[in-house]
Order: sequence, then structure tokens, then C-alpha cells
Amino acid sequence: MSAASAAAIALAKPSFARVTWIVFWRQLRIALRNPAWVIIGLAQPILYLGLFGPLLVPLSSSFGVTNAYTIFVPGLLVQLGIFGALFAGFGLVAEWRAGVIESERVTPASRSALLLGRILRDVSQLLVQGIVLIALGYAFGLRASLPGMAYGLLLTLLLGASCAAASYALALVTKSEDVLAPLVNSIALPVLLLSGILLPMTLAPKWLQVVSDIIPTKHIVDAIRASFVGDFGLPILWGTIWSVVIFALLMWIATRTFRRENA
Amino acid sequence: MIHARGLARSFETRGSKGGRGRQKSEVVAVAGVDIDVDAGEIVGFLGPNGAGKTTTLRMLTTLLKPTAGTATVAGFDVATQPEQVRQSIGYVSQSGSTLPEALAGEEIVDHGRLYGISKRQAETRGRELFEQLDLDSLWTRQPRAMSGGQRRRLDIAMGLVHDPRLVFLDEPTTGLDPQARANLWGHISALRSERGATIFLTTHYLDEADALCDRILVIDHGVLVAAETPEALKQQVAGDLVELIVVDAAQLSRAAAALAALVPGSPPDVEGSLVSLRVPHAGRELAGLLRALDRDGIALESIEVRRPTLDDVFLTLTGRSLREDAA
Repeated sequence: MSAASAAAIALAKPSFARVTWIVFWRQLRIALRNPAWVIIGLAQPILYLGLFGPLLVPLSSSFGVTNAYTIFVPGLLVQLGIFGALFAGFGLVAEWRAGVIESERVTPASRSALLLGRILRDVSQLLVQGIVLIALGYAFGLRASLPGMAYGLLLTLLLGASCAAASYALALVTKSEDVLAPLVNSIALPVLLLSGILLPMTLAPKWLQVVSDIIPTKHIVDAIRASFVGDFGLPILWGTIWSVVIFALLMWIATRTFRRENA
Repeated sequence: MIHARGLARSFETRGSKGGRGRQKSEVVAVAGVDIDVDAGEIVGFLGPNGAGKTTTLRMLTTLLKPTAGTATVAGFDVATQPEQVRQSIGYVSQSGSTLPEALAGEEIVDHGRLYGISKRQAETRGRELFEQLDLDSLWTRQPRAMSGGQRRRLDIAMGLVHDPRLVFLDEPTTGLDPQARANLWGHISALRSERGATIFLTTHYLDEADALCDRILVIDHGVLVAAETPEALKQQVAGDLVELIVVDAAQLSRAAAALAALVPGSPPDVEGSLVSLRVPHAGRELAGLLRALDRDGIALESIEVRRPTLDDVFLTLTGRSLREDAA
């Protein structure tokens, strides 16, 4: 008879912070057990850095900068943030299929915290990848101020959190990799091309510049570049505002999706 | 433990039946059911696929909002006190509860902590449950490396980590081999005999409902068609099935006449050399029947008396066989 142990169990609804922490650690543990995706996610920008970066060095004067990597590394950071985080939803579909999401939803734990813990895992992963990327960029010849790089990384993390939130919301609604994959790709590719990730949009013809001006992430890329070269002016303000607005909007949508009674 | 009144759920689906454009149509999954389960009962929820079992279960476990009706589960209202309901119940779903790549022990500890149990208590409790459910050596095993039966027991352990008084099991033995099923039945009955838990389980296996449950609710097309003990349900079928096989086909009609004499007004079924008839209280009639057959000089290949099964009950209640739908 287990009456003794039953009496010993004290049940109390776990706090929001506690649930976030439990979910964050669980996710981190699972990611570290199979780090293939973390490594693949990082390998891509490193390949760009090593194989494409050198082509840009002789062009740096046409970008109006002395160091080509202050243009290139911020672009790769945003690419890492958008692409890596947008694919976070695939893990959620796998968890949903394994019944994990439903079994978490029948506990008294806050559903928003179940989401936030996962996003924090993605953000911490992005943080490590971003630091590695900047360090490697430095080895290639990137020179920028430390506070500037730190602020640029912060904007990247905010963007990554937004993309992860969007990806989780899409995953929970579609519940299918087959729907999610084309959806994510059709969002990510135009956003990447129009944000001037690889080359600044100042090189583009007028019509392309106009189109890219309506893409919020273009302004975020500009802000991170400005931050790297230490130009704390209007572009940084705009990029920061866009980052915060996108973050707030996508977090709100994702939280609503997670809290929904009937998902 | 469970009191539901008029619990109903319908879904809106978009179909293109009208040809042009998309038309919304309403599909009723559960059309208003009343359910009462007392503390300490094991109640089976029986029905073919698509009858509304899982939908009802999801409403009772706060995973789905009812479109109509009310339900009190473990003393709390599912609509207004979902968190208290979740705290008091254990839910073992069909789809599992652990990530195939995670470690079993870590999954159960984390799950316990989501109920507000401290890490150390969750571990103690988890190891205790692993021992009770014969999972002792599997604490650091990945669920993907477990057998189907082990994974189901792990799911049950996950659902019991906070020691709930009421446990919902959704088709607990689906996909298991007969030995693993029998083993799991033992564990499920032990939930009540050793923990005093109340159990509400869905199944479409008749033998499972028969073996485990005090009471059976039968649902078909979203409506409860019966709520009785297995015995009482079986009695709704008019009697036991008596089957005679004669040695000589020429004696078939005389054998049929002898059988027909037992139940005036209902002619026996004749098929090949087999004659069968439902006979109330066949045990009492059998000796007389054999004497009559013997007097007539009818030689029997075999005689069988079959107690009604729940499949017979389902057929009587709905006019359809349960197996046709479950297949």
C-alpha cells in the first residue's frame, strides 16, 4: 500500500518561472543529447563565412566600409537567427506526435510557460552559435567594438525568439512536417533575400530597394550592421523598434495559440 | 468522481459538398452524454472507432471544451476549474507521453515537477512506480529502445507520478501482444486494489472491458446506448447460445424441433449440420434437451452452450457488430 508515499507528496501548482525552467532544461538536455542539428545549424554560416566572405573583402570600399566583415557577419547572424529558429517547430511536431504536448497540457503547469521554456532553449542555442560566429569572424578579420557587437547579438536573439515563437505556433496549428516545411521555406527565403543578408541592399536597383524597405528584417539587419560599425544613429533606433514590435506581436500570437483550450 | 450531464461536442468542418466555395458543416462527435462514476469504480467506455470515446475523454480531462453540457471531475468543474481538475487526475493517452530520444527516468521526473512536486520527491516517486510496473532497470533507457508493453507501462507511470485519485486510460492495450495485454490488465487492476484509484478506461476490446470493469458504458454515434455491469449487459441478450451439430444431416430437422420446443415461438437457425438457438437459462434446460434428443435417437457430433459476449450485446443494442467497425 502506497498510502504513506501518497501522503508525502505535496502538490502545488508550479510557478510560471519554475515551469519555464523545467521545460528549458528538458529541451536543452534533449538538444545536447543529439547535437547534430545544433552543429548543422552552425555549419552553414561558417561555410558562408569561410567560402563566401573572402569574395567580399576586395569589394568592401563599394559598401562604404573599411572592413567587409562588419557587413557580412551581421547578415550571417540574422540568417542564423531566422533559419535556425524557424525550424524549431519541427521538434514540436515530433513532440506532439509522441504525445508529449498533450501530456504536458493535462498538468496544471502554465501553458505559456511550456512555450517560453522552449523559446529560451532556442535563444540560448542561438546565443552560443552567435558567439562562435563572431569569434570566427574575428579570426577572419572582423574588427568591431565590443558593445556594438553585443547589441547586434541582442537584436539577433530578439529576432530569433520571435521566429521560434512563430514556428511553434505554426507547428501547433498544422501538426505536420509536410505542411510546415514548405510554409517555413516560403517565408524564410524571400525574407532572407530581401533583407540584404549576403550583400547590403544599397547595391540594389531602386525598385528592389523599395521592396526591401517594407521588409522589417531588412531594417533589423541594417541596425545590426550599424551597431557593429559603431554608428549609433537612426538605423539602430528603427531596427530596435522593429525587433521589439515583431517580438511582441509573434509572442502574443504564439502564447494565444498555446493557451487555446482546444489545440 | 465523475458526474457529467448532457456533455456534447461538435466540430465544424469545411467541406466542398455544395460544389462552389467552401461550406461549413457541423459534425456531432458527442451528442450529449450523462456519465456517473463513483469513487473506487473501474468503468469501461466501450464503442467502435469514431463513436465519441476519445472526444468524451478529452472533454473530461480538460483537453477539449464541451460545446454543451457540464461535467464535474474529482469534485471540480471542467469548464471553470480546469487547473484543479488537472491536478487531481492522471491521463494516459493513446499517443504516449515521452519523447523517444529522452531518458525514461528524466521524463518522469520532469513530468512530476510540472505537477509541482519537488525534484527529489519526483525521483523517489518515479523509481517507486518503475518498480511497481516492472520497469526497474529501464530508468536510463530511451523509450524508443523499449518494447510496446514497456512503453505503455512507462506511459502509465507518467500518468501516476502525482498519485491521482482518478485515472483516465485511453485504449491502454491497443497494439500490444496478448501476453503484454494480460500483464497490463494485472497492473491496471492493481491501481485500484493497491492505491484505491478510480479508473475510467476506453477500449474497443470486449474481453478487456469484460475482464477489468465493474461497469460498462456503451457509446455509439455519440450517444450512450447502455450503462450496466458486464453481467447485466449480457443478460440483455435473450439467453445463452445453444449450438448442436448432428452426425447425420437427415436428423437435422428433428434436432431443430427438439431445440425449438425449449423456447416456444422462436425458430432455431439451421446452417449445414448446425442448429442453434438462444435459450434463456440454458443450464436448466440442458438435461431435458439431451434426454429428448436421446429418446429420439439423434446422434450428436457436439453440443455447445455459449454465454453471451459483449459483442452479442453490442449487436443487440445497435444492430451492428462491434468488430465490423473496429477493424
